[in-house]
Amino acid sequence: MSLEVMAKATAPIPLDVAFRVEPGELLALVGHSGSGKTTLMRTIAGLWQPAAGRVAVDGAPWLDTAARVNLPAHRRRVGIVFQTYALFPHMTARQNVMAAMDRPDAAEAERLLDLVNLHGLSGRKPAQLSGGQQQRVAVARALARRPQALLLDEPFSAVDRATREKLHGEIIALRAHLKMPVVLVTHDVNEAQLLADRMVVIEKGSVVRSGTTAEVMADPDALRAMGIREVAAMLPATVAEHLPDGLSRLVTATGPLFLPTVEGAPGTRVVVRIMAHEVILSRARPEGLSAQNILAGKVTRIVPGGGPGVMVHVAVGDHEILARITRRAAEQLHLQPGDTVHAILKSMSVARDHIARARDDEHAASRAAQ
Amino acid sequence: MDWTALWLSLRLAGWTVIVLLPVSVLMGRFMAIRAFRAKGLVEALVMLPLVLPPTVFGFYLLVAFGRNSPVGDLWQSLFGHQLVFSFEGLVVASIIFNLPFAIQPAQRGFEAIPAEVREAAACCGMSPLRSLWRVELPLAWPGLMTAMVLTFAHTLGEFGIVLMVGGSIPGETRTIAISIYDRVQAFDGQSAAIMSAVLVAISLFTIALTFWLSSRVGRRLS
Repeated sequence: MSLEVMAKATAPIPLDVAFRVEPGELLALVGHSGSGKTTLMRTIAGLWQPAAGRVAVDGAPWLDTAARVNLPAHRRRVGIVFQTYALFPHMTARQNVMAAMDRPDAAEAERLLDLVNLHGLSGRKPAQLSGGQQQRVAVARALARRPQALLLDEPFSAVDRATREKLHGEIIALRAHLKMPVVLVTHDVNEAQLLADRMVVIEKGSVVRSGTTAEVMADPDALRAMGIREVAAMLPATVAEHLPDGLSRLVTATGPLFLPTVEGAPGTRVVVRIMAHEVILSRARPEGLSAQNILAGKVTRIVPGGGPGVMVHVAVGDHEILARITRRAAEQLHLQPGDTVHAILKSMSVARDHIARARDDEHAASRAAQ
Repeated sequence: MDWTALWLSLRLAGWTVIVLLPVSVLMGRFMAIRAFRAKGLVEALVMLPLVLPPTVFGFYLLVAFGRNSPVGDLWQSLFGHQLVFSFEGLVVASIIFNLPFAIQPAQRGFEAIPAEVREAAACCGMSPLRSLWRVELPLAWPGLMTAMVLTFAHTLGEFGIVLMVGGSIPGETRTIAISIYDRVQAFDGQSAAIMSAVLVAISLFTIALTFWLSSRVGRRLS
């Protein structure tokens, strides 16, 4: 059940994009507003037709302008979560979910609402639900369609930060149940990095870079459009203990990481998004430093950028973190691939919403459901 | 009290509503959703009966429906009597002059539905007809109801066009509004007063009903 997408247009915006999403894979379309990412999503759903294009699921075309195939939206098995959720205001949560079923089944609707942690709220109308709860109904409704492709159009942008973190965790947990290709449209690089397997960065209707999330996020050129300060790496860690001073101790491959309270019981596996511009490198293990986190690692690559900076890739165990330092600093330290360095990170430089549960944490689903 | 005239007015209003309900749904939805080049012109044409003096409008309808007009001739050959000065003629005239009252509120009702809600209905697998029935009509119906109540009330009260197109034939084209005028002309102030009071009562009732129903809908949706 893979999803192939190709779209070309000159109006209303220039568009020339092609990508493919495998079953169970989450692909993030990342770009600024006006980049064309929402138009692509509408093309997949059948809400917009490009001048030339092809959308196919498992080889069966929904849209093929060359062959004059264009299924209307209601004939495409697509689940979509709109930015505004677009719930039917006159229906209860349960009726909203049932409205997307071929054969309305109240028990199945309840099961889906339970899956998105809305147990007991199925009789409420959208206006009686919070933004986060409405988003969950929208997800359940999209799944009720038994979609061959699931589309999420900026689904987290209309809720507050705390709710967004929670919803991110729920989507990660939900992914165990999703066998279809998933496309997430977002302008939030952090969100894309936390949730996506692969990323397609779009600017002015063209693909700037596509690849695995780790590849794209390590490529300053790819992120120039989104801002070089978005470059970051994901480091896996395990929650060890919550300390009385409000910090949590996490264990990584080469040392402890102290971060402001991380949610999750000891043993929870998480990934921490470490911003490249927040990392300081030192040859010797420094002492008398306020920064709490010092991870030993090995330089694997030094990639010069267009400006005064270089990107240093540092292997920490099996993973890499990125340090964006000045070319001058790299020269003063005589950094070479293979050198041992210490990466220094302030605890306070890691934002709460830059930490997410690891996808392969098998207990994540049950914990999220509590 | 001219019961025949009251009954005729109610029948006229009823037929007008029955014919205009589907028109208001289709046209109102079309005008709300579609953007096309001549939209402004179409909207202006629909609104025209609101601003034209009823006698002017009635005069043109009389010319358009009368003897030797294509519409009048066609009607004569189909039904064996002329369209003007008949109940059917009144219904046709009433449908046309009520277009703004039937379409405008319906259009506003459909415009109030976010485009994404319609798109969500399609992405839920609903055909356009099913989406109309299950999502759009339930959401737009306060507008549709306003349209129908206004049409009904306005038909009961219309005078100038009815007189021009229908005259004042008892049981055929003499509506209650014309009957009131006739009574006043005949110095029968008491009958005129009773019939006027009846019209006031009916109008008040229908407007109150609209407000009550739309407030109920408001509560249902919020």
